[in-house]
Amino acid sequence: MLAHAIIFYFFSFVVIASSVMVISSKNTVHAVFFLILDFVSVACLFIMLGAEFLGMITLIVYVGAVAVLFLFVVMMININFSELKTGFLDYLPFGMLIGVVIFIELVMMISAWKYKAEFIVTKKIAKPLVSNTESLGMIIYTDYILFFQISGLILLVAMIGAIVLTFRRKDSLRRQDITTQVSRERDESVELRDVPNFKGVKIND
Amino acid sequence: MISEYLNIIFFDSLKILALLMPVLIAVALIVWVDRRVWGLVQLRKGPNVVGPFGLLQTAADALKYIFKEIIIPAGANKVIFVLAPVVTMSLALLAWAVIPFGENLYVTNINVGILYLFAVSSLGVYGIIMAGWASNSKYPFLGALRSAAQMVSYEVSIGFIIVTVLLCVGSLNLVDIVVAQKKIWFAIPLFPMFVIFFISALAETNRPPFDLPEAEAELVSGYQTEYSGMMYALFWLGEYANILLMCALGSILFLGGWLPPLDISPFNLIPSPIWLILKILLLFFVFALVKAIVPRYRYDQLMRLGWKVFLPISLLWVILTSSVLFYFNLLPN
Repeated sequence: MLAHAIIFYFFSFVVIASSVMVISSKNTVHAVFFLILDFVSVACLFIMLGAEFLGMITLIVYVGAVAVLFLFVVMMININFSELKTGFLDYLPFGMLIGVVIFIELVMMISAWKYKAEFIVTKKIAKPLVSNTESLGMIIYTDYILFFQISGLILLVAMIGAIVLTFRRKDSLRRQDITTQVSRERDESVELRDVPNFKGVKIND
Repeated sequence: MISEYLNIIFFDSLKILALLMPVLIAVALIVWVDRRVWGLVQLRKGPNVVGPFGLLQTAADALKYIFKEIIIPAGANKVIFVLAPVVTMSLALLAWAVIPFGENLYVTNINVGILYLFAVSSLGVYGIIMAGWASNSKYPFLGALRSAAQMVSYEVSIGFIIVTVLLCVGSLNLVDIVVAQKKIWFAIPLFPMFVIFFISALAETNRPPFDLPEAEAELVSGYQTEYSGMMYALFWLGEYANILLMCALGSILFLGGWLPPLDISPFNLIPSPIWLILKILLLFFVFALVKAIVPRYRYDQLMRLGWKVFLPISLLWVILTSSVLFYFNLLPN
């Protein structure tokens, strides 16, 4: 279990150090890269716990998609950090309040945790009978189907909302209509004309 | 205790080496195949001077790149600039860990193998974004933005395609996925998905006709513009390693991985890795042909294809597959 402990402490250290770097680094893009490092290490911790499905989903969803869009936005807008830092003292009490609330929540959660004793005793992760993808599927699509569907609906509403808020139809924009392009026939677009010398033809369009 | 760990580390490193050396050599050879096919389609000869049939052309190119000077632009963000090609190359090699070459022939066999592959291939976009941003120049940045949008879009349809295959298998394990194709390769019942997977793989690896991130006519060379010497070569090798990986994924998901086409005497005497390699080569040959014969897409058409054509079709196919499996009581387990 020595190797297990060493790897665990390594990833935990990376998680904490990169979280600190996220809020303290001067360059926003660097901050996002540290956030990505954070996600990756958290995924590694999940895998060490035996929750390989959760770990992979964290990688795919958070690192592969969410953080990419995050990085996109941060790279596109030029944030002046010294300007942001001027209001630091004004926001300090509010920030401290949030910090204290989260800290209390963490303490309450950990102390009230049913399996706390078991967690400390367990030195070895028990090998489950079914793979955790299978067991998650068994729970989500049977006992928690309502919550699953509701969260899906919430996401759908959020997605439609985002599209409605940002979508602008410009009439001046000429869009490509592939069906009309493809369905165009030869005789409606090409015409053969005899052109008399020195007279030319009138093209009506 | 310690000796046990050392043993594990030693044998695992040996396994990894035994996998990575052939992969790297294969990447070098595949570059040559690509250029030869490209040449032959255009009635040229392609590289045929260095070594027998020009086989050593890639080695000569690599040597040339090694001896070239690495130039880091003054305005570049140095750490990320250097890190970007390293990330691309190492991610491309990382994914090979779970590819099974036979029933018991793999570096590691994890329960969520296909998710691992999907995760690693979705991380591939970071190498390009990092390169584009760290170069601190217009063309690389535009190329990186294009590529990020393109890869994220096509990943969605690849995800749905993987879901259809998984519905027929009932497991996320790559070995199980191949074994499930003993009766029939998934390319036959799921043929439309195979086609969409192939086209999405082209887009995912930034291959022509979807090579807009490096469109030389508009963006010089996209995210690679500021790179030189060995760092450029790393991007280049990483790209080909990724292509090879996508071909491997395609043959595992749809062409029955290491399985012979018919389970009868002359076919099943050939060892399993050879079958997988043959299937990868077949897919790569089509990749190379597509590069030679199809003109480049316009960017809005690329996005339209991804979101308005492939996404609905693959979503529909997921529903269709699951309904058919459910109705005829064919669901695995």
